[in-house]
Amino acid sequence: MTITREAPILPVPSGPLQRIGQRTIACIAETGRAATICFASVAAMRHAFAPRARAEIVRQLYVCAVKSVPVVSVVAFFIGMILALQIGIELRVYNQEGLTGSAVMASMLREMGPFMSGLVLAASVGAAMAAQIGTMTVNEEIAALEIMDIDPVRFLVMPRMAAMAIAVPMMSFYTCVLGVLGGALVSHTQLAVPWETYFRNAMDFASVKALWVGLFKAFLFGFIIVTVSCYEGFRTTHGAVGVGRATRRSVVSNFLMILVVGYFVTRLFY
Amino acid sequence: MSMIRFEHVTKEFAGGKRVLDDVSYEIDKGEIFTIVGPSGTGKSVSLKHMIRLLTPTSGRVWIGDDCVSEASGRDLSRIRSRFGYLFQSAALLAWMNVEDNVALPLREKTNLTEREIAEKVAAALEAVGLSGEGAAYPADLSGGMQKRAGLARAIVTQPEIVLYDEPTSGLDPVTSRRIDALIADLSARLGITSVVVTHDLQGALAISSRIALLSRGRVLCIEPPDSFSRSTIPEARAFLDAQGIRPSGA
Repeated sequence: MTITREAPILPVPSGPLQRIGQRTIACIAETGRAATICFASVAAMRHAFAPRARAEIVRQLYVCAVKSVPVVSVVAFFIGMILALQIGIELRVYNQEGLTGSAVMASMLREMGPFMSGLVLAASVGAAMAAQIGTMTVNEEIAALEIMDIDPVRFLVMPRMAAMAIAVPMMSFYTCVLGVLGGALVSHTQLAVPWETYFRNAMDFASVKALWVGLFKAFLFGFIIVTVSCYEGFRTTHGAVGVGRATRRSVVSNFLMILVVGYFVTRLFY
Repeated sequence: MSMIRFEHVTKEFAGGKRVLDDVSYEIDKGEIFTIVGPSGTGKSVSLKHMIRLLTPTSGRVWIGDDCVSEASGRDLSRIRSRFGYLFQSAALLAWMNVEDNVALPLREKTNLTEREIAEKVAAALEAVGLSGEGAAYPADLSGGMQKRAGLARAIVTQPEIVLYDEPTSGLDPVTSRRIDALIADLSARLGITSVVVTHDLQGALAISSRIALLSRGRVLCIEPPDSFSRSTIPEARAFLDAQGIRPSGA
């Protein structure tokens, strides 16, 4: 897939209607381009088992997953604590604080696990990805790859996509586990719920469907983060300012896409 | 027969800015063809047309018998495989060391063994005077060394044509002359056709077979170095005078 491209020459719009039309067409074209990058990257996965590609995927997995563990841990643990505290306080009104574990487990598995891991990785890994690829674009490294007849999608996007398709579900599961543990700590210390009661109720509400739907969402979020971040990186222009702009756009677009796609996946399964 | 041919090439960018205006010229096999001219007159744009990083608004660009301006897919890949390209910024991949950068096109596009690749990389690094620097990362190198590493990557596949975009910009005079000597040496030794875009007339006069002066998107003259240095065209004269170059014998 050709990445280096020229801006299309459009006629000067004669009025607001033509301006809106031009922008709409441009928006559709850009969405199509991002989708093409995503599909081209999935198609390039057939090269994922070549030794050099494998090594790059492992390197990306280290960057995306292992290096994100500290921030994901803090976010996950505190999300669980906040959930348990808010839900537990309300349940205590009805003397049902023992059910805090079930509410925390259901929220984490269905929504908070994939959402929080997706958002954290979009803000950290996705932003770094957009900045790195954006810098490569303005430094003409992407053009250099294309001149050497090396497909930037296969060389740069595919390993990141493979890594994130593994990393985000892993991080989502990890977020769920830590969130439930954080909830347990608050339930026990603040709401005086016995450990055993908390975990028994939590496990009663841990449905396999919730787990798989959550992991599926996280898997989709991985694709979204890489597609949006790399797409924004590839369309970077105007040097350092452009890199900053691409990074900001990638974070905003990732957040919006994660929320919208997350809702529709939930709607599909529940 | 010409190696590169521009046929009435015009290039306009968004906003109607015309950067190349009906440009036609031919570059012969094995020559060092230098394009000079003030900033923003379409020198780098010309270079990018040769390798289809840009497409002409009208006109055609030929590489041998292939019309690169209309090529796509495998044809474009085949045409591009005939080129090496030295970017102004060297465009080395920051996370790879020099050896891996130079080896990249061989690893990705050939079936050579690691041993054969190592031999070719060593030869390319030696040709540009960077033996022993293979383990260094681009950020650890000076501007001149980065350019030489970029040059090693450009020639490691033994291309027929090498395009040089401002190979000496930002370099000290000694390094600039070393790079010029390298371009001349590679061209003489390997028969490479070289197209050099530069502001550096000292270097251009020293190594070029012919020099083209581009101004406001038009080719004002194409002359061998001797004639060029005696040029009476006002734009050429201004360019020569600004760099302190007097006509030979003056």
